[in-house]
Amino acid sequence: MISIYVTSVVVDDQPKAKAFYTDKLGFQVKHEIPLGEHAWLTLVSPAAPDGVELLLEPEGHPASTTYKAALVEDGIPFTSLAVDDLQAEYDRLCGLGVRFTQPPVDAGPVITAVLDDTCGNLIQLAQIKGTGAS
Amino acid sequence: MFRALADETRRAILDELAARDDQTLFELCSRLAMHRGITSTRQAISQHLAVLEEAGLVVTRREGRCKFLTFDRQPLDEIQRRWPPPKETDP
Repeated sequence: MISIYVTSVVVDDQPKAKAFYTDKLGFQVKHEIPLGEHAWLTLVSPAAPDGVELLLEPEGHPASTTYKAALVEDGIPFTSLAVDDLQAEYDRLCGLGVRFTQPPVDAGPVITAVLDDTCGNLIQLAQIKGTGAS
Repeated sequence: MFRALADETRRAILDELAARDDQTLFELCSRLAMHRGITSTRQAISQHLAVLEEAGLVVTRREGRCKFLTFDRQPLDEIQRRWPPPKETDP
């Protein structure tokens, strides 16, 4: 049986990403293991400290920079994160100065919004209707 | 402009862009898929957008590294001016 233990976001700067994902998005650091120039840096949600970890992976290859820029130009979020109440998170994050490329939009079974993580990625927030809290 | 409008997918694109200004290509494609069952490739939608842009019906704005699309009704207003609807007469 294979399962998911980390999922990666490729970031242009690990310390900057750590600040954004913890201070703004509200994640907490799970592992921060120095590995030369970079670190094995993973985060978890305070709601699930033993859940799947988000790996802030350093942008080590020039191709990834090109790839990420092309996705951002077309507004494509590569990573999607779950929230219980999207409108509340949207309001909270806007208040913290987070820039959204798409405000909450009802897409049928899910409501989604897209934010700029300031590290070269667009991140989708999704509230799946009929599950979770509320 | 009439050539731009003479295509069902392009009219659907304008319908979805009318919902909100400043949409990314991603948002537009999501709306087309969710609301209209249009699952054309992003490339195909981009080609339709190029036709609409040439007709002045869609305007692209760059902000930072993102591209945002907005429906511009101005070419349609010009039709209204040329052939204005008859004035409403009160009963």
